Amino acid sequence: MTHVSETPKQRASLGRQVLPYAMLTPAVLVTLAIVFFPMLQTAWMSLHEYVLFRPNDFTWVGLDNFKAALNDEVFWISLKHTIVWMCTTIPAQLLLGLVTALLLNQDFPWRPVARALIIIPWALPSVVIALMWVWIYDSNYGIANEFLLRMGLIQQAIPWLADPDTALASIILTLTWQGFPFFAVMILAGLQSIPQSYYEAASIDGASAWRQFWHITLPGISGVMMTAVLLRMIWVANSFDVIFVMTGGGPGYATHTLPLYAFIKARTNLDFGYGSAIAVLFTLLLMVVVVFYLKRTGKAVS
Amino acid sequence: MALHKPSTAKRILTVDLPMAAILVFTLGPYLWMFITSISDESTLFTEGPSLLNATIENYTRLFRTVGFAENLLDSFIVAGGTVIVGLSLSVTAAYSFSRFNFKGKRILMLQFLLINMFPLVLLILPLFVLMRVLGLLDTHIALIIANSTVAIPFSIWMMVSYMNGIPRSLDEAAMTDGCTRMQALRRVVLPLCLPGIIATGIYIFITSWNEYLYALTLGGRNVRTITVAVQTLIGEYEVQWGLLTAGGIVGALPATVLFLLVQKRLISGLTQGAVKG
Repeated sequence: MTHVSETPKQRASLGRQVLPYAMLTPAVLVTLAIVFFPMLQTAWMSLHEYVLFRPNDFTWVGLDNFKAALNDEVFWISLKHTIVWMCTTIPAQLLLGLVTALLLNQDFPWRPVARALIIIPWALPSVVIALMWVWIYDSNYGIANEFLLRMGLIQQAIPWLADPDTALASIILTLTWQGFPFFAVMILAGLQSIPQSYYEAASIDGASAWRQFWHITLPGISGVMMTAVLLRMIWVANSFDVIFVMTGGGPGYATHTLPLYAFIKARTNLDFGYGSAIAVLFTLLLMVVVVFYLKRTGKAVS
Repeated sequence: MALHKPSTAKRILTVDLPMAAILVFTLGPYLWMFITSISDESTLFTEGPSLLNATIENYTRLFRTVGFAENLLDSFIVAGGTVIVGLSLSVTAAYSFSRFNFKGKRILMLQFLLINMFPLVLLILPLFVLMRVLGLLDTHIALIIANSTVAIPFSIWMMVSYMNGIPRSLDEAAMTDGCTRMQALRRVVLPLCLPGIIATGIYIFITSWNEYLYALTLGGRNVRTITVAVQTLIGEYEVQWGLLTAGGIVGALPATVLFLLVQKRLISGLTQGAVKG
């Protein structure tokens, strides 16, 4: 108990200066070792010809892998899908999430139940999500075809995931389903932080529901929506596991996206040099988008 | 009835019904999977899934022939290990961020935020090479390490937010009474944010349990987590949807139940930062 009285004042303050670093050291060292070092290694591998089944072959090729990628037709197809995929999934999730959050913020008897259940897709393993949607899309016995046939919306069963024209759209629907609860929960938290008195004052002044939404609700949740979109961009960029299980990128290259292409190159072809180059290119593109997004939204908010 | 109070009928039309529709969309696929899993495999394709004649045949077959129990154990070891590594490394780090002002604090905090910004594909290739060199492929340790890349920054982030909610005056009071810093942390701060720590731990458990790509790449014959096992099922029992959906339900159940248990606390911790910032 008397540690403090034994140590001179200087030593105590020195301890105070060192202590925060000492407490951080384990976490920092471990993340350096398992995150930053491997990332640098990816960059290093991308500058080499490195195919795993030729173990001693690690030749410096400079930017050749990157040049090859830019001349690779599949790279451009994957890039196009990545853009389509991110530009449809995120707005769809945001819109559906916003509607859900607004509904969940209303007063109705079973609100607690709805709030608890809405989040379930978020907690499911992506493999299970892929499994159940493959079953839903099944061309012979899937409920999607059954439902649409009975409604008379389609004349014959459509092999949703096997048809190159519908495969990407089907996967986008699945990813939207998986991700919109996240937006709903984030936006709901934003809605709850808007003081009720704002609305009371507005309705005394005779503002319509629409004007209240436009002038109070939207500004009140814009910060949360910004953060949620940012987190989601990064998350969607990572979530190629659902695609991998559902279609493996096929049929043909119909559902290839850049991260998936990098993964497949490394996993199936064991071409780690080329795979790393695509991963690095994708990361750079994503960072450009994120920085651009942050600048634009930062301006819009301030 | 007051002029501005909307009637019940209107509320049902504008709130209850749309909400119910969204919930059907949200839960429908999950329920459909569940109904399929308790349907008799032999009548599945003639009559379609139904609640009548419910059977647990698919589940018993799952554990008897496919050996799902081992996969569950593997997942449990990996997820549990990740929770221990993630929490133990981040408690002191979070305390340091929450209580001290020091040089480089911003940069270090930023570093932990930035980690989550990088796409997973950038990490998965070098981790495979690294584990191969270290001879750790197909071990639990490899998967625990891989999952920790996400778990450590996440739990630091969460725990800083929980610890900031506990007044500094409490640990100062403890130190005036003769505690050292570490004792103040252990005896005052940790017990107070225990609920937050548990929620964080459970969340790490869920994400590691659900993780698939690392498990596929770094695992193998000895260590096969439940997610990889479910995916293998899809390949092996292509059209036996009763069995497949049973596998899906079993794989998702632990995470779903845990999640429903802690979701309130977890969501408040997650959204706090976003709402304030």
